[in-house]
Amino acid sequence: MDILNALVAFLNFVFIPAAAYGAQLALGALGVTLIYAILRFSNFAHGDTMAFGTAITILVTWGLQSWGVSLGPLPTALLALPVGIAATAALVLGTDRAVYRFYRAQRAAPIIFVMASVGVMFVMNGLTRLLIGVDEYRFDDGARFIIAVRDFREWSGLAEGLALRSTQALTLVVTVIVCAALFWFLNRTKSGKAMRAYSDNEDLALLSGIDPERVVRLTWIIAAGLATIAGTLYGLDKSFKAFNYFQILLPIFAAAIVGGLGNPVGAIAGGFLVAFSEVAVTYPWVKVAGYLFPGWQPGGLLQLLGTEYKFAVSFVILIVVLLFRPTGLFRGKSV
Amino acid sequence: MIRVEDLHRHFGGFHAVDGASLTIETGSITGLIGPNGAGKSTLFNVIAGVLPPTSGRVFMDNEDITGLPPHTLFHKGLLRTFQLAHEFSSMTVRENLMMVPGAQSGETIWKTWLQRGRIWREEAELRRRADEVLDFLTIRHLAHEKAGNLSGGQKKLLELGRTMMVDAKVVFLDEVGAGVNRTLLMTIADAIIRLNRERGYTFCVIEHDMDFIGKLCDPVIVMAEGKVLAQGSAADIMKNEAVIEAYLGTGLKNKDMVGA
Ligand SMILES: Nc1ncnc2c1ncn2[C@@H]1O[C@H](COP(=O)(O)OP(=O)(O)OP(=O)(O)O)[C@@H](O)[C@H]1O
Ligand SMILES: [Mg+2]
Repeated sequence: MDILNALVAFLNFVFIPAAAYGAQLALGALGVTLIYAILRFSNFAHGDTMAFGTAITILVTWGLQSWGVSLGPLPTALLALPVGIAATAALVLGTDRAVYRFYRAQRAAPIIFVMASVGVMFVMNGLTRLLIGVDEYRFDDGARFIIAVRDFREWSGLAEGLALRSTQALTLVVTVIVCAALFWFLNRTKSGKAMRAYSDNEDLALLSGIDPERVVRLTWIIAAGLATIAGTLYGLDKSFKAFNYFQILLPIFAAAIVGGLGNPVGAIAGGFLVAFSEVAVTYPWVKVAGYLFPGWQPGGLLQLLGTEYKFAVSFVILIVVLLFRPTGLFRGKSV
Repeated sequence: MIRVEDLHRHFGGFHAVDGASLTIETGSITGLIGPNGAGKSTLFNVIAGVLPPTSGRVFMDNEDITGLPPHTLFHKGLLRTFQLAHEFSSMTVRENLMMVPGAQSGETIWKTWLQRGRIWREEAELRRRADEVLDFLTIRHLAHEKAGNLSGGQKKLLELGRTMMVDAKVVFLDEVGAGVNRTLLMTIADAIIRLNRERGYTFCVIEHDMDFIGKLCDPVIVMAEGKVLAQGSAADIMKNEAVIEAYLGTGLKNKDMVGA
């Protein structure tokens, strides 16, 4: 039994990719959950908000690259990120003014907001494609690896290699910073407390003199920031294709709902839960099993589900949670 | 002064408030009584901007405030409490009080970063005021309790405390004494009188306890079936035939006659 090699294979093919993917989902789900907490609807346009923010970030990245600006080992996109966030914030604030504010004034039912957000989703989707096109783009310049497979093999002398791509490490570091900043904001600042108060009890918040439009604007700005960061990290890690961001909406919603819609801690936990489930279920375990039980000759790849079916995992998690614990693991507002 | 003119609020075909007109004079403690379902809370909701009226107007010091949103009214000095106590359940009692004057500097995102000193001073002042209010209501020991864990009566006190965090002009109290024990009820009555005399609050008080109303309110307005039935001093109201018929019941009438 070769535990070390099995462990390295596990880290390399399951743990690291799932952790990075989980962080991206967590950031996405945080945006969805905040919007739900304050505006009380599920924002279907969130995936395309991520795509838009990423597209702007890529365009600015290209601009910077053409001027010869770079961040050395770090991707230039980090430098372009603030512009992407600002543009996305402007877009969602504009959308709120043009679309959602009208329905707020009408005190429309949540389902109407959801349907409106589907419309917004299509518009944003078209906008993104007009801006950058429908193709697949890679924009991860800078150092490719923090730990390369060959270096790791030479250093450790193991048969199994371990790779840590810089985009994966970056994703995790940025996520930790963003989450820490967000929780500090929500728990320690007056604006954050006003948001929590509004989410907790809207009537009382209004009667305490809290301006709802201000809380709503703040929420959109934060959601735009989270969406752009999540989208850019996802794009750096995989690649950018407008359509992928539409697809990623499902695991993001699964994450937000599993954690409990409206609950930020839940969104983060949900993101990692969904990511680890998805990767674990679609990973062929035959290699790890081979190291652990050298005598065993399994018939297949020990893969529970082909990767082309990975979205089914989110579906299953979603359905199980909705059936058995509709408020999610961390007791959000029930859906 | 609050003036309500021919106010209607319908829920579907049901007329919860059905042409109510009344005036709450500046500096008064006006009582609002009436049977369950008379439309008292609905009237409060319309005045405070929680519900839009079906028709009719509300004036505050001759300014038309009909349909203004609650947070705007708050900044004009119009506050109210809820019949079913509301609270920010995940925050402590003190944090609940400190939320009250909305639109603090700290709620603007750039000021959070750029004017730390000013915000810190604001917070310190708020904390001091919150502690004063807690002392006043004899619930200082609950300052760090999560508001969601309070008992029903304690939540009522928190509701009242909220109106003491700012310099209000008119405060609408919806059964602030319901579910509060007798001694505390009298403490609340004293608090209301003191706020009225010392800080010049105008009050409009919904209450079912006639002792409380009698001790506190002049004038008293009686509502029934969405309309104003009578208005006058507490003593007059208790003798009014129509009011006895609709609300107080004959038990009191007989007692009154025996007394007389
Ligand atoms: N949101 C609503 N939708 C439908 N009907 C309502 C609504 N709010 C109040 N009502 C109805 O309006 C009537 C008046 O209610 P309201 O709460 O104003 O009574 P109240 O005078 O405050 O009574 P109580 O002394 O019991 O508090 C009730 O019959 C109630 O059922
Ligand atoms: Mg009532």
